[in-house]
Amino acid sequence: MGILEVKGVSKRFGGLKALDDVNITVKENTVHAIIGPNGAGKSTFLNCLVGKLIPDTGSVMFEGQSLLGVAPHKINQMGISRVFQTPEIFADLTVFENVLIPLFAKRDGSYRMHAFETVENEADIIALAEQMLIDVNMIDKRHAHSASLSRGDKRRLEMAMCLSQSPKLLLLDEPTAGMARADTNNTIDLLKEIRDKRDITMAIIEHDMHVVFSLAERITVMAQGTPLVEDTPDNIKGHPKVQEAYLGGH
Amino acid sequence: MTFLGLNERDTRFLLIVVALTMFTPFLLQPFAENSGLAQFNAGYPDLMQRFAIYGIFAIGFNILFGLTGYLSFGHAAFLGVGSYSAVWMFKLLSMNIIPAIILAVIVSGLFALLIGFISLRRTGIYFSILTLAFAQMSFNLAYSVLTPITNGETGLQLTLSDPRILDPESITNSLPSTSLFGLEMNDSAQWEVFGRVFTFSVGYYVCAVIAIIAFYISLRIFRSPFGLMLRAIKTNKTRMAYTGLNTRPYALAAFVISGMYAGLAGGLLASMDPLAGAERMQWTASGEVVLMTILGGAGTLMGPVLGAGFIKYFENIFSKINDNVLHGWFAFMPDGLEDALITLIHPFVGKGWHLTLGMLFMLVVIFLPGGLVELGQRIAGLFRRRKAEDRSDDGSKATTPAE
Amino acid sequence: MDAILLQVLNGLDKGSAYALIALGLTLIFGTLGVVNFAHGALFMIGAFCAVTFQKLLTLSYITIDETRTDFLGNPLEVKSPYVEGWFGPETGGAIIDWAVPLAILFSIPVMVAFGFVMERGLIKHFYKRPHADQILVTFGLAIVLQEIVKYFFGANPIPTPAPDAFRGSLDFGVLLGFDPNAIIYPYWRLIYFLFASFIIGAVFAFLQFTTFGMVVRAGMADRETVGLLGINIDKRFTLMFGLAAAVAGLAGVMYAPINSPNYHMGMDFLVLSFVVVVVGGMGSLPGAVAAGFLLGILESFASMNEIKSILPGIDQIIIYLVAIVILLTRPRGLLGRKGVMEE
Repeated sequence: MGILEVKGVSKRFGGLKALDDVNITVKENTVHAIIGPNGAGKSTFLNCLVGKLIPDTGSVMFEGQSLLGVAPHKINQMGISRVFQTPEIFADLTVFENVLIPLFAKRDGSYRMHAFETVENEADIIALAEQMLIDVNMIDKRHAHSASLSRGDKRRLEMAMCLSQSPKLLLLDEPTAGMARADTNNTIDLLKEIRDKRDITMAIIEHDMHVVFSLAERITVMAQGTPLVEDTPDNIKGHPKVQEAYLGGH
Repeated sequence: MTFLGLNERDTRFLLIVVALTMFTPFLLQPFAENSGLAQFNAGYPDLMQRFAIYGIFAIGFNILFGLTGYLSFGHAAFLGVGSYSAVWMFKLLSMNIIPAIILAVIVSGLFALLIGFISLRRTGIYFSILTLAFAQMSFNLAYSVLTPITNGETGLQLTLSDPRILDPESITNSLPSTSLFGLEMNDSAQWEVFGRVFTFSVGYYVCAVIAIIAFYISLRIFRSPFGLMLRAIKTNKTRMAYTGLNTRPYALAAFVISGMYAGLAGGLLASMDPLAGAERMQWTASGEVVLMTILGGAGTLMGPVLGAGFIKYFENIFSKINDNVLHGWFAFMPDGLEDALITLIHPFVGKGWHLTLGMLFMLVVIFLPGGLVELGQRIAGLFRRRKAEDRSDDGSKATTPAE
Repeated sequence: MDAILLQVLNGLDKGSAYALIALGLTLIFGTLGVVNFAHGALFMIGAFCAVTFQKLLTLSYITIDETRTDFLGNPLEVKSPYVEGWFGPETGGAIIDWAVPLAILFSIPVMVAFGFVMERGLIKHFYKRPHADQILVTFGLAIVLQEIVKYFFGANPIPTPAPDAFRGSLDFGVLLGFDPNAIIYPYWRLIYFLFASFIIGAVFAFLQFTTFGMVVRAGMADRETVGLLGINIDKRFTLMFGLAAAVAGLAGVMYAPINSPNYHMGMDFLVLSFVVVVVGGMGSLPGAVAAGFLLGILESFASMNEIKSILPGIDQIIIYLVAIVILLTRPRGLLGRKGVMEE
């Protein structure tokens, strides 16, 4: 019984079969990577998880509740956070304010508006935000304008925003895409730390084998919209089907 | 020293605003009555009232545009609705401005709720066009079908036969004037000293007190978690949604609040002069509040007030400058040069004020997107840097958030 | 039946103007990604090109006719246009009479040049800025342009008549077998519609059949890719802006006899044209044209007495109402493409 259960999901775009009968189970407190060559349907799959696309058939269940067609803010409140390919942060705000917002959202829900309270009087939220920035090693940049951060720092900040809500499941969409080697390693270290220190499930969509093999506990290889194999990293390495998918024509 | 839930810096800030507002009749009357510069005085009740009222309008608009980034091109509709509601209150109930203003705020708030609920289903330019369409619709309707309520082109006015059920029956043949529990709005006291005439009008001080309250509320909103969320909407709606927040109720709340501010301004306009016409709702009027907010500095606390004051002041001054005045100024020049200079300036003054305003506005958008507030900060920054260089300090750059 | 046909015809001239302005707006938006609030001002400037041209043609010199006297008994001053002096009264008079159509030739270079200057001088710097900034700066420009025109031409509308030959009306009904006088349609409006159709056709043909047009269409579909192909897209976009300005200007020139030009006509049309663009679908050229005619005709129907008696005031708000309904039910407009101005 996994925290996230995907059963028989298919999705077509016109004549193109983007996903074909996908079955994936992500177990609690594991890091589960989904890899595959370009066009394997990874992004479509992710979009089906977060309600952005509705699959033609099949079901996506998170802790027994369906995620199909649910609005993003509701998905978040069920305990799912998402890290984007290009970091989605509040670029006009300071680093500290960026972390405050998810904390307020977590405490107050989507609708309660506190127009007559003052942010600086919210001692508990401020303490949590400071702790979070210490955890991701960004406390010295708390007053920085977040648009001015480096790509790696933006990723770090985005991660901090997601983690501050203590999600049950963290979805990561190519977290190291477009990063320099140093930033990539930095991000891997951060993710490892999160994996080891927190009770969290992570589902990573990734292209970069180096990232996947340093992090994942379980790997699903996708090709042409359907999962080929699912196994531990050690078994995946050198699996003939994987070789074929990566080298054979795609 | 803190009070009203503000921290020390904001308290000081609010006190400065209160002081400036209270002493406006002095501050805007710096030149002696018979001096050549008397035309730059602006301490007339009528003009000062407009500063305060349009300041309120712009503060409210800024809560929507400055914080959430939703550019409404139809806010004048709420101003107009506020004015109509207030005049109806004067006609039916009483000349006391309190019920009129309350009704103006409520009606415009409800109207904003309706329009906002529909318009906020779209973002970006679509939102702007939707608000524009609604406002133009209201304007056209006020001119045509709704004539029984709006009195069409003539505009809504008081008449002697109005019921005014709460007011004592008057026997006089003149129209009553608006009042606050007996204090008449057009009452004023004059004080003449050093050749300067200072006018203290009841109407201005009523507007000023309300404007200060409006400013205080906006200050609290800016500092609140709600205000933080509104700024978050402006910068990244996707992240906002994936943070578990539904952007629409937040944006709608901001829209309704700013609509109520506009209604308050409209109600005050009617309270100072009990008239309401459809032209107050026209899209050019909506454009004006956009200009004020941008010119002053959108998203800052003081910016919209500065912008409103700036536009209303120069509108008044520029429209008064004619060729005779110009000749008076440049009389010391050789004739040819004088005439050439005046020909050059002529299109920009008098009736040409809108040309100046348009150019100024373009310059601000191109070079100074933060408006007058940014200009002030840049100048202050320049001085600070020079000082720092003098002291050859390590020049710790203090980035103060926008006031 | 004839009543319906009459309303359709009545809607055509306004619809033509909407369609032409909306076409230019869409061209600019589709290629440059700029929301141009000054586009109405271009239409207005076009109309004033006609006014200016007419004024230039009627520039006169004064001669004193000793044989006649005015009512004070002084020798009569006779004004005669230079044009008549040069070409003789017959030809000269005809040239003056045909000022508006001739102004087309005059306005094309003016408008194209105007478009170039505007794009190079201002719009270019706003490609990378947010749409709100583009709206604001072009809004400022629109104010400036209209105030300049007001300064030179005054606030009152300036009558700019069509040539004598087109001043009458066509009894359209008779041609179709209805009663005489059932459908009376002024010649000039008919000409305006034909002219607009011709311009629209020319623009589409240009985009469809020339290499330049192909690049522009590709640019509208995917700007980055076209840039990657090594085509100097910027230069073409400047030309595009000139073309859009010329289309708006021509729409204005020919509109002058229908409605005497005044300085705020641009703003009046702009608001409606934006609504038209949004209804047609941001970025869709056929959508802009279709919506322009559709809304022009709808407006004309709404102003029928029969309809106004059921829904009073409907003629005032019909366009906005349609826009609101369309935006809420079909956010991309009638023929809009996916992904334009969406977040």
